[in-house]
Amino acid sequence: MDSHTLGSFFAVTHSGICFQNVSVYYNRQRVIDDLSGIFKFGTMTAITGPNGAGKSTLIKTIMGELLPNTGKIDRGGISISALGYLPQSLTIDRSFPVSVIDTVILGAWQRIGPFGGVTSKMEYEAADALSAVGLNGFDRRSICTLSAGQFQRVLFARLLLQDPKVILLDEPFNLIDTRTTGDLLHIITRWRDERRTIIIILHNFEQIRAHFPNTLLLARKPIAWGPTDNTLSSANLLTAQSIADSWFKEPELY
Amino acid sequence: MTMSAILIEPFVHYGFMRRALVSSVALGLGFGPLGVLLMLRRMSMIGDAISHAVLPGAAIAFLVVGSISMFAMWLGSLIASLIVAFFAGIVSQTTILKEDASFASFYLMSLALGVLILSLNGSNIELLHVLFGTILAVNTQDIFLVGGIASFTLITLALIYRPLVVQCYDPSFLRSVGERGSIYHLLFLFLVVINLVAGFQALGSLMAVGMMILPAVIAKLWARTLPAMTLIAAVSAVTSGFFGLLASYHLGFASGPSIIISASLIYILSLIFAPYGARTSIYNRSL
Repeated sequence: MDSHTLGSFFAVTHSGICFQNVSVYYNRQRVIDDLSGIFKFGTMTAITGPNGAGKSTLIKTIMGELLPNTGKIDRGGISISALGYLPQSLTIDRSFPVSVIDTVILGAWQRIGPFGGVTSKMEYEAADALSAVGLNGFDRRSICTLSAGQFQRVLFARLLLQDPKVILLDEPFNLIDTRTTGDLLHIITRWRDERRTIIIILHNFEQIRAHFPNTLLLARKPIAWGPTDNTLSSANLLTAQSIADSWFKEPELY
Repeated sequence: MTMSAILIEPFVHYGFMRRALVSSVALGLGFGPLGVLLMLRRMSMIGDAISHAVLPGAAIAFLVVGSISMFAMWLGSLIASLIVAFFAGIVSQTTILKEDASFASFYLMSLALGVLILSLNGSNIELLHVLFGTILAVNTQDIFLVGGIASFTLITLALIYRPLVVQCYDPSFLRSVGERGSIYHLLFLFLVVINLVAGFQALGSLMAVGMMILPAVIAKLWARTLPAMTLIAAVSAVTSGFFGLLASYHLGFASGPSIIISASLIYILSLIFAPYGARTSIYNRSL
């Protein structure tokens, strides 16, 4: 942890999502170990690290799906339901018989709730969001007919409709082809220009270096958190890797 | 015999056939959409478990009252199914047992218990009635109950449709927008319970769940959107009810199995002719 991040954490409390000595256990195992720092509002941060490093756990903790066992999270006055969250697509039943437009319109949930009616304005917004992700005319298609890339575009369109201040993306480019990834990165850049806060889990260092100014390198405990070039130094990456290796060498301890 | 003598006259001439028809139409309308959602939630096994729980419930009620009193048996089976649904829900959410395994144990338990209690205290006829249904003994009171439950089911489903569907296909989204999906899940389970209880007189505790699952599977072979699937499921459930009753009347079969056999025939025909049936898949594979 560099002292700069910690310093700003104590100086300004409502400028971002703050972690204060947060540890999270999952299946009686400590998956996040003493994390302190801040995701400042209006910035883009990539989270990276070996498999099992607690990246998804961290995002679920921000979403309130998991509670920290020790430490505190301050979401800077933003309620959980105002966060936009894109989980790993594995958790969604893509064979479900629902249309593309119905999926996108769910992004208006904050306005319609479980029982409210969908207005024609929302339908226009949804259609606009679909063309913004390059799926013009896909409205009536069933989601089970879409490729993995097309489906990810649909989920991005739903996020567009949600219009959240903070967007959490869990490996959004997993199993997605280069062209789709490029288009989706373009949308993320647009979100940055709109001063939204973006927290994204990524494994591809090239993508991180090219698009994300800040990076958190996680191996259950934070290895480094700050400007991407500093975080992704070869020394830090080596440290993360050797910690991850120890999980396999001594499975009973970790 | 003319067509009308086979298809219509039994209902014109006999009040019990008319009541049976009304009852199975009402049941079919509720069972169709419930079955589709049950299948999409991969909860067919829960339906099985709940439906079998009807048997010991009805058996205990029969034991207490001492005769076939529909109201007592309904009450008994309602309580028993709610208990099983409750425990099944707890087991599936708190242990690592896969749902199908824990529900298979639940329904085997229920079936054994129910048969034991009934065979100790009743005659084989009563056991057969509870297992396979006596729709031809439906009276006006029963119709009001079944109709009331069907109406309640359709209205509730219409109200909770959106959160229920979202909870089914993207539960983490529902959580992320701050909704408590478990409320809708429980309401849905409750609907399944009261419908299976409503269906046990007509179809029998062994057969009732068939009228939920078979139409749903048929619908999946024909349609790709949820509203269409719901509609097709309801129509096939009602159609199986109609032809099942006729078969039961003309051939003297028990009503429950006749209705389920009708549904099975529609299923087999759909497998052959439906756009997403076996024929299409085999054809596509050979391309």
